[in-house]
Amino acid sequence: MEGMKETVEESLREMRETFASGRTRSLKWRKAQIGAIYEMVKDNEDKICSALFQDLGKHSTEAFRDELGVVLRSATVAINSLDKWAVPKHSNLPLLFYPAKGKVISEPYGTVLVLSSWNFPISLSLDPLIGAIAAGNTVLLKSSELSPNASAFLAKTIPAYLDTKAIKVIEGGPDVATILLQHQWDKIFFTGSPKIGRIIMAAAAQHLTPVTLELGGKCPTIVDHHTISKNIKSVVKRIAGGKWGSCSGQACISVDYVLIEKSYASSLIDMLKPTIKSFFGENPKESGCLSKIATKQHVQRLSRLLNDPRVQASIVHGGSIDEEKLYVEPTILLDPPLDSEIMNEEIFGPILPIITVRDIQESIGIIKTKPKPLAIYAFTNDENLKTRILSETSSGSVTFNDVMIQYMCDALPFGGVGESGIGRYHGKYSFDCFSHEKAIMEGSLGMDLDARYPPWNNFKLTFIRLAFREAYFKLILLMLGLKR
Amino acid sequence: MAAKKMFGAVDASVLVTDLRRSFDDGVTRGYEWRVTQLKQLLIICDNHEPEIVAALRDDLGKPELESSVYEVSLLRNSIKLALKQLKNWMAPEKAKTSLTTFPASAEIVSEPLGVVLVISAWNYPFLLSIDPVIGAISAGNAVVLKPSELAPASSALLAKLMEQYLDSSAVRVVEGAVTETTALLEQKWDKIFYTGSSKIGRVIMAAAAKHLTPVVLELGGKSPVVVDSDTDLKVTVRRIIVGKWGCNNGQACVSPDYILTTKEYAPKVIDAMKKELETFYGKNPMESKDMSRIVNSTHFDRLSKLLDEKEVSDKIVYGGEKDRENLKIAPTILLDVPLDSLIMSEEIFGPLLPILTLNNLEECFDVIRSRPKPLAAYLFTHNKKLKERFATTVSAGGIVVNDIAVHLALHTLPFGGVGESGMGAYHGKFSFDAFSHKKAVLYRSLFGDSAVRYPPYSRGKLRLLKALVDSNIFDIFKVLLGLS
Repeated sequence: MEGMKETVEESLREMRETFASGRTRSLKWRKAQIGAIYEMVKDNEDKICSALFQDLGKHSTEAFRDELGVVLRSATVAINSLDKWAVPKHSNLPLLFYPAKGKVISEPYGTVLVLSSWNFPISLSLDPLIGAIAAGNTVLLKSSELSPNASAFLAKTIPAYLDTKAIKVIEGGPDVATILLQHQWDKIFFTGSPKIGRIIMAAAAQHLTPVTLELGGKCPTIVDHHTISKNIKSVVKRIAGGKWGSCSGQACISVDYVLIEKSYASSLIDMLKPTIKSFFGENPKESGCLSKIATKQHVQRLSRLLNDPRVQASIVHGGSIDEEKLYVEPTILLDPPLDSEIMNEEIFGPILPIITVRDIQESIGIIKTKPKPLAIYAFTNDENLKTRILSETSSGSVTFNDVMIQYMCDALPFGGVGESGIGRYHGKYSFDCFSHEKAIMEGSLGMDLDARYPPWNNFKLTFIRLAFREAYFKLILLMLGLKR
Repeated sequence: MAAKKMFGAVDASVLVTDLRRSFDDGVTRGYEWRVTQLKQLLIICDNHEPEIVAALRDDLGKPELESSVYEVSLLRNSIKLALKQLKNWMAPEKAKTSLTTFPASAEIVSEPLGVVLVISAWNYPFLLSIDPVIGAISAGNAVVLKPSELAPASSALLAKLMEQYLDSSAVRVVEGAVTETTALLEQKWDKIFYTGSSKIGRVIMAAAAKHLTPVVLELGGKSPVVVDSDTDLKVTVRRIIVGKWGCNNGQACVSPDYILTTKEYAPKVIDAMKKELETFYGKNPMESKDMSRIVNSTHFDRLSKLLDEKEVSDKIVYGGEKDRENLKIAPTILLDVPLDSLIMSEEIFGPLLPILTLNNLEECFDVIRSRPKPLAAYLFTHNKKLKERFATTVSAGGIVVNDIAVHLALHTLPFGGVGESGMGAYHGKFSFDAFSHKKAVLYRSLFGDSAVRYPPYSRGKLRLLKALVDSNIFDIFKVLLGLS
């Protein structure tokens, strides 16, 4: 660990020096670095897909859709938009201050720390990295030890493509993170669990470091059967895709549980079963299209959630587990008790509880008993229900009639609220996330008003009062001696 | 007058529960409620100015003009702006969707965070209490205000007026000191807004971390003033004087803390300052009624110690008189105190102004950069290149050229710090945003589903995905038509 401590200190020293040199301020440098990330991903598609397959059993199409494609798009958007993003925003100032000028410029924080996660180890590392670089910072990335092949790829390949004095990668687990957090950073970006998010923020507080925490929660999916029955096939497919089609439910925006009226639950289940089969065949374990669970410990956690006898009793599909192969079968539960563990922690796995209600409106009440999630999904065409969901629940985001796809919309901020996180990114929000918005005001040395200065008297007091109220006409009267 | 009872953990818990119930009942969400509360705050400003001025005179010896202008007038403007703009601020913002999410529409909805805590400071007790509360209420939150106990008359008046005029089911004031603040900080808030010192800022953020509560910290620092010889000296000096001694006698977060100028120019600056100081405050500034006093004996002793330090006391070139009984220290200028002296190591927050001379004005950048980032940095010059360089390379909360502090009054510029001087910003719409969660909402159609999204995965799907990511219409058509 001594060696690691020195490495961290040395890296920090070099990054700070690089930042101070001003090299990262140049838009040309930033675009070149982001362009290099693009090239790195394009050149190494096979290597990356192979690493993701080894770490998580991810199929290359899923890997591309959820990771490589995301990074390529993010890099393209950043390169094409950076000039626009970096333009100072001019502000209108009140007449009183004429001819003063005001503007806001985005400046990089300095040397920032990105702590990534294991479930989307490439995109959750490179996407924030793109934001940090676009904003002109030097960056240290710590990738997750629970995705060792992806982590090793990043540690080996980033130095070959990017400016090593400005952008660094460190591998390791909690002990490395602890060392990193002892130091002062200008910003910390963390993706992970709320439990660790608290630790990160507490460490950041010691140095007054601003943080962005992309956490998680139980993302509910409301199915208002009344109003979407015509398109139920699409709905079922999207829910199934949102649960099992992306890292086997191990995504912060995965469909966690479904809420549906009791009378429709069984038909939903009857449609989900063949959908699962159409995705993964008779034996999902052998399909090659279902990701693995991250580690044995994670399998054990999911196992434990299922072992509650009341939860066991609610299994209507699946339930088999193969710890050796890091496999949990796509599983559906019907009405596990609301006080069971599985209904009180983020599942982060391929188990789908279906919670029934008498009236779909009740789903809002259930959602409100839980911490604010990263996303709420609702399949409905009922405008009243949509309005109620928007105004009575709180979440990072709400998506109507689909799942997970809000991630792809880079005009929308991606981030949580409450337990699901602090701050946001994607698109320009990534640039802003890593920038300090600095206000600049320029006054004029000419046009000085005596009324601004002591010694105070009634005239000056009246003058300034009127000036603040922008009562210009009365001001003129005052100055002409026509007002007391 | 009600007897003060000790406010402890149980009281804090009951308070938050009460307010949360009000918030959950929807009390604070409607436009009408927010407008009514804001109008009530306006009535407080309109009908109670003499009492506010009297309380500020008690607590700080603040001159009527400062109280009237820098506290009441600024507040009045802030309220009026919120009343005028609230509908706009509350309206959802449309966001652009892209080919990858077509067909869809997207918007960003501002929603209140819930129950928020505003902890205010003693130097501008009305402004720094009510201005953030304006933001909290505009954004639809329930709010608890804890004013500073170091300005007791103001704190009591705030408690009385707010109870009298505002909806106490959703807006409360808790008076007190460390015990009460600690009790409040143990509760879970949806946002904490703190104005004060960097030291306590750390404590606040650490407490917030336990609940993943986002924070705005308006802290301070040593705001430098760089004076170029290419300037209008009289105007420069007048603005520095009124910005320092005319704003709560140097006890302001954006007070000019120290001056940087060339060895050659310094004598001219000192002579000009002496002349204008006499014009403003007379030959006997200790008798002038146009300056606040030092807030209390603790701060008086602190400032005294800064002046009495060896190698500092002999650098006084103007002023230096002290009167502990009346808590007064004369406007004092020091020349070339040692860089490692106490007075150059902490935020002065008082009527002492060190002038540091440089061989070359260029050196100011290194001096400023070697210190923690301040809340404001000032420059007086006609030189356009110097202005550009200063604005882009000096990192501070905000930069003001050719004036002092006046950017506080500009609602179109975000007001906040960076690094040690704080995180987050407010004023104008930035206040509304500071107390809002910007919820991303995506409306998707149930038609138009692409098999590409779902397993089983195949090469064809991969090609289409790649084309979609590139948003390349031609490639997409080629694939769809089977030509690729």
